[in-house]
Amino acid sequence: MKAPDFRYLKPKTLPECLSLLAEHGDLAQVLAGGQSLMPLLNLRLAAPAVLIDINGLSELSGIREADGSITIGALERHEEIAQSAIVRQRLPLLADAAPHIAHIAIRARGTIGGSVALADPAAEWPACCLALGAEIELASTRGRRRVAAADYFQGLYTTARQADELVAAIHFPPAAPNAVHAFREISRRRGDFAIAGLALAALRTGETLHNVRLAFFGVSDRPILASNAMAALEGRPLGASMIEAACKALGAELSPPEDPAYPAAYKRQVATTLLARILGDLQAELLDA
Amino acid sequence: MLDDNNTRIALTVNGETVTANVPARLNLADFFRHDLGLTGTHVGCEHGVCGACTVLVDGKLARSCLMLAVQSDGARVETIEGADASGRITKLQQAFHRRNALQCGFCTPAMLLTVGELLRVNPKPSRDEVRDWISGNLCRCTGYQAIVDAVMEVSA
Repeated sequence: MKAPDFRYLKPKTLPECLSLLAEHGDLAQVLAGGQSLMPLLNLRLAAPAVLIDINGLSELSGIREADGSITIGALERHEEIAQSAIVRQRLPLLADAAPHIAHIAIRARGTIGGSVALADPAAEWPACCLALGAEIELASTRGRRRVAAADYFQGLYTTARQADELVAAIHFPPAAPNAVHAFREISRRRGDFAIAGLALAALRTGETLHNVRLAFFGVSDRPILASNAMAALEGRPLGASMIEAACKALGAELSPPEDPAYPAAYKRQVATTLLARILGDLQAELLDA
Repeated sequence: MLDDNNTRIALTVNGETVTANVPARLNLADFFRHDLGLTGTHVGCEHGVCGACTVLVDGKLARSCLMLAVQSDGARVETIEGADASGRITKLQQAFHRRNALQCGFCTPAMLLTVGELLRVNPKPSRDEVRDWISGNLCRCTGYQAIVDAVMEVSA
């Protein structure tokens, strides 16, 4: 189908954009990469009165490092993040996750800010934000605020963002020298939405993991931390019995929504398999290093 | 469509400057097909799944059904007509023909642009890399085998 009619506005500056958002609020949708919004418009699942195109706002671009923490502007495209030298060096989890986001033509246009603003429960970036303890920066005419990823993602396509706020940037805390990470997902076809996926971040001392964060996506109404599985891994040398205990804890704590294509029991099984594979690989990596 | 919701755009399409007055809701694929008569850009699903509308916008692959025509203001766009006329995909086109890498041909223009871009950034891809790269372009006839064969033939 074709998109319904709307007013198209393209602000030239961020303050102008925020004024438009304050004026139109719920009646407006922000157009960034458009790789989710345009399908929703064409399917007539969204019918905003006003479309605010933020692609001209250079303030929202760029990947910057300051005092070890890294800020990614909301307009950074998935492929730009994947190719960024800073990201590859300092946020390798993101570099590993990026190739799983849809297909090349979509990665070339879709943005991290758009993904975080939409909060699809099967999306890669929200889970990476959660695993790495990122903060989402929201801007409005009322000012700016930062919300921790764990508080920001609140449910199915539901976030802490108010109608007059724009996702301006994502802030990632400094990575420790002994940080380890892993990313995996299972989908029916490369680039499809994940049936289940896992972004792992932790610190290592020898073969022992600390500060383990397991952010699962595709298995709930939002990206979630598997706290019981995390506790099972915390502060102990990674070995076969630990992996088994973590998988058992995960199976008990996950309660995926029923889905006609993927029943809850199947999603739980896929998530558990992912965890076993990721920890098995990580164990081999820790032994090698 | 209300005239006051139209926007004046100027862009480069296949090397030629084009100006037009477009309604806000018009997508780029329909602009090519209906306004410019460039019907090599195909419209399948209109929600970014089939890949048949893929074009190059400022040198990057893009789904033209997921872009508004007004967003192409100032852009340099290439469709299959431009790629064909330039001669830069001739070897690929010949390999597709030789290998029977098309049957109905609906996916072919976008497939050619997509694999053309792959060979530009990665002149010697593996079969897996080809399959990964075209994962966003659906072909319901060939089963992809012949398409991958054709790309491998040109890359070798």
